[in-house]
Amino acid sequence: MAEPIELTRSVKKFPRYADVSRIRTRFAETIQEIIEAAGEVTLIARREGLERLMAFLRDEPALRFNYLSDIGGVDLGEFAFPRFAVAYHLYSLEHNHRLRVKVFLAEDDAHLPTMFKFWKSANWLEREVYDMFGIRFDNHPDLRRILMPADYDGYPLRKDFPIKGY
Amino acid sequence: MGIETKIGEILPEILTTRLDQIVNWARKSSIWPATFGLACCAIEMMAMTDPRNDIARFGAEVFRASPRQADVMIVAGRVSIKMAPVLRRIYDQMPEPKWVISMGVCASAGGVFNNYAIVQGVDKVVPVDVFVPGCPPRPEGLIWAIMKLQEKIEREKVFNEKIEKVA
Repeated sequence: MAEPIELTRSVKKFPRYADVSRIRTRFAETIQEIIEAAGEVTLIARREGLERLMAFLRDEPALRFNYLSDIGGVDLGEFAFPRFAVAYHLYSLEHNHRLRVKVFLAEDDAHLPTMFKFWKSANWLEREVYDMFGIRFDNHPDLRRILMPADYDGYPLRKDFPIKGY
Repeated sequence: MGIETKIGEILPEILTTRLDQIVNWARKSSIWPATFGLACCAIEMMAMTDPRNDIARFGAEVFRASPRQADVMIVAGRVSIKMAPVLRRIYDQMPEPKWVISMGVCASAGGVFNNYAIVQGVDKVVPVDVFVPGCPPRPEGLIWAIMKLQEKIEREKVFNEKIEKVA
């Protein structure tokens, strides 16, 4: 790994969030945008190089996001492009700071690499996103439905899903 | 009939009755429920057993964790589609005669959970004897259901028609 980065946390503005502006150049091809709003920091990323970025976020001493607290799926509607998004909510027990990493996905290309190899909690969280939105996670150890029955038809949290099911 | 009074005079310690009546009396006096609390209704179901409401007065206080020892299944709460096969299996494991009380609006008709995940009425999965309205029903409501079930058991026949005709 390259020399450790130095972070200047903008403590007053975003006390609970890590300052990741310094890594923007390092992952220029992966990081699309860094949004700072409502006291929260969101890192918009591309799928390309996402695994490398996540591994860095976990292992870099100044960041050390050793806990993946949640993965959220988003359906922006059947007419939106890109239609889907997946949000990773990272937390560092060591530094007590957070980060949201968001990846947008097109409907005909809705798949992501699994984060199971970095955080074990990704196993069930990714299964839930798959169950509710139909977003697939490549190389997931056990990608089955987690909430709905195994033979269930459709993905309930998609916008075009009828409320009573098919 | 006369024979009862005759026997009663000669042997006052003998009680004459119909078989249906005495069997049904025994059955209705101890309807043990199978534990099937699924949601907030289960809290009221538990409250039914406490000293204040005291379902022991009606012989239904013994909640059984094993369906093999239960007579009535109180479906207390919303049944998800994933839970439905489990519920049916528990029902099938209960020995005859068996009854089902659908407790609350969720178990009876889906209630506020009018959506893709919840069975819209448990009667789609198992035959229901008594529906209890309420969200959740008060313990008194459930006691009412137990009493209604007792009335129903009283009307039941121990032997079916075919055997009666042969006799």
